[in-house]
Amino acid sequence: MLVFDNVSKVYAGGKRAVDNLNLEIGEGEFVCLIGPSGCGKTTTMKMINRLVRPSEGKILLNGENLLDKNVVELRRSIGYVIQQIGLFPHMTIRDNIALVPRLKGTSVEERNRRAEELMDLVNMPKEFLDRYPHELSGGQQQRIGVLRALASDPPLILMDEPFGALDPITRDSLQAEFKHLQQTLGKTIIFVTHDMDEALKLADKIVIMRAGKIVQVGSPDEILGSPADEFVEDFIGKERLAQARQQLQTVGQIMNPDPVSVGMGETLSQAVRVMRKRRVDSLLVTDGAGVFRGWVTVEMIDRHKNWDAAVADIMETDVPTVRADTLLRDATRNILVRGLKYVPVVDERKHLAGILTRTSLVDVLYDSVWGDAEDESSGLADGEGA
Amino acid sequence: METIQELWNYYQLNGSYVMEQFFRHFLMSAYGVLFAAVVGIPTGILIARYGKLSGWVLTAANLIQTIPALAMLAVLMLAMGLGANTVVMSLFLYSLLPIIRNTYTGIRSVDSSILEAGRAMGMTGSQRLFMVELPLSLSVIMAGLRTALIIAIGVATIGAFIGGGGLGSIIIRGTNVTDGAAIILAGAIPTALMAVVADVVMGWIEKALSPANQKRAAKAGTANT
Ligand SMILES: Nc1ncnc2c1ncn2[C@@H]1O[C@H](COP(=O)(O)OP(=O)(O)OP(=O)(O)O)[C@@H](O)[C@H]1O
Ligand SMILES: [Mg+2]
Repeated sequence: MLVFDNVSKVYAGGKRAVDNLNLEIGEGEFVCLIGPSGCGKTTTMKMINRLVRPSEGKILLNGENLLDKNVVELRRSIGYVIQQIGLFPHMTIRDNIALVPRLKGTSVEERNRRAEELMDLVNMPKEFLDRYPHELSGGQQQRIGVLRALASDPPLILMDEPFGALDPITRDSLQAEFKHLQQTLGKTIIFVTHDMDEALKLADKIVIMRAGKIVQVGSPDEILGSPADEFVEDFIGKERLAQARQQLQTVGQIMNPDPVSVGMGETLSQAVRVMRKRRVDSLLVTDGAGVFRGWVTVEMIDRHKNWDAAVADIMETDVPTVRADTLLRDATRNILVRGLKYVPVVDERKHLAGILTRTSLVDVLYDSVWGDAEDESSGLADGEGA
Repeated sequence: METIQELWNYYQLNGSYVMEQFFRHFLMSAYGVLFAAVVGIPTGILIARYGKLSGWVLTAANLIQTIPALAMLAVLMLAMGLGANTVVMSLFLYSLLPIIRNTYTGIRSVDSSILEAGRAMGMTGSQRLFMVELPLSLSVIMAGLRTALIIAIGVATIGAFIGGGGLGSIIIRGTNVTDGAAIILAGAIPTALMAVVADVVMGWIEKALSPANQKRAAKAGTANT
């Protein structure tokens, strides 16, 4: 839908605010631009509605060069939430919201209907429509700013830190509301934020910028899974990254690859010997080809008096397993919800690959949540000891 | 005491004449300011848009303002002859500076983020001017008109020297007779009164037009309907 082709912006005074930017944005995508202050996010955004003219390169909207379009019509067809909110102080909330429809010549009734509909959308009372911006709180004004951009139902919406002045609770609900809206209405949204959590939550595609250049583009999972460089890592933050690592780890990475197992043809007395030797109370059972078949526990053997019987005769076959390439976050839920102490891990051909114990899961959780704190507290302990 | 008695007598005898001069005085001032507004407000808008012009235009208007009133009248008289038109012309010139300057300042002081919002929403240049810039700078422009009118009422008094008439002519008559104190006062008091009333009324309008009050007025309007 929108293509940046080698776009640069050099401001008067030689500041290269955007430097050779290449980016493609698809229809219906939710794209977050993120990066430190002054890295050129707003400039990139303003080039789309031609508030800023690119110095080099070109921007194509649906295959057409932006500069060839009628600028007034272009802007009326793009919603824009500006960073400073920018409501018109001498107009009522109603007039503020319905401004673009008014410019386009929509009838008064239609405009009023639209304004009321939009107020419903963000759960604000209709009485506010007759107020003036200065009679609203900062957060309320910001919501009106968002509504104003939605008023004429534009296919493309640019939002420059639209939720910056909101309290966390309102922000959360508005983010959720907005993401839902974007998905149901199929809008393309370009969204600037400082807040990585916000970007991870909302974006289909995250564009990380630094000093006018794109450092990395990818889905939230891609960015978290493989940050391009140290800058991106720092930007995401250690904590979030550790958490993400854990979430993106596979079962295979943390399982014990050497489970205590027994062949299904072995006798129970042999099984007991293995248990005693390895000091475990249960064994995983495999067939001759190494395929996982079930398990036996010491209680099961105890109940069965004939120790010459084969393991295959008494083993429990209805055992939940987990594949080694499952993401840990999916497996964790399963294991914790079912209250399992451990799960056998199998590969794609059902061969026994290892075992995932509750203890190793807890270790991973512990590392990601308390990893840093542990370092600090051990430092403290040393200090006390000295 | 005697002077007040004389003043009273003067008004009794010449009431209609004083009234006539009062209106003449007011009209000259008002016309001067009005013409200056017609020229000055667009000029102010223009130089607010094209910043490079602003230095030149404001300097020129400033220069006019520094010419002593009597000198200005004398020079204009050479070009335009005696009469009220010449007085109106000089009032026009004096009023230019406050009007241009306030229009310029008013428009320049509209918050740039609000203007950007207007642009980004697809307002054309004139829509921005009439829907955003002018409404938001109206009270500042009114303040300019107020200053201009007060100056004009004062300067118009001197206009009597070149045959413009107005309350100044009563004052001049008072200076030309012996014991003319009462006559001088008869001209000066209405002049001062006019200036004070103009100041109060214009100040009131200015306040009513300030963005904060526009809101209230508009609200009262919608509440009534
Ligand atoms: N009109 C301008 N003239 C000159 N330089 C500018 C102009 N606008 C922005 N810049 C500079 O260009 C750079 C990028 O600015 P931009 O507003 O795009 O940053 P940003 O990423 O949006 O920052 P923030 O997160 O603080 O909003 C900055 O260094 C800024 O100082
Ligand atoms: Mg910005």
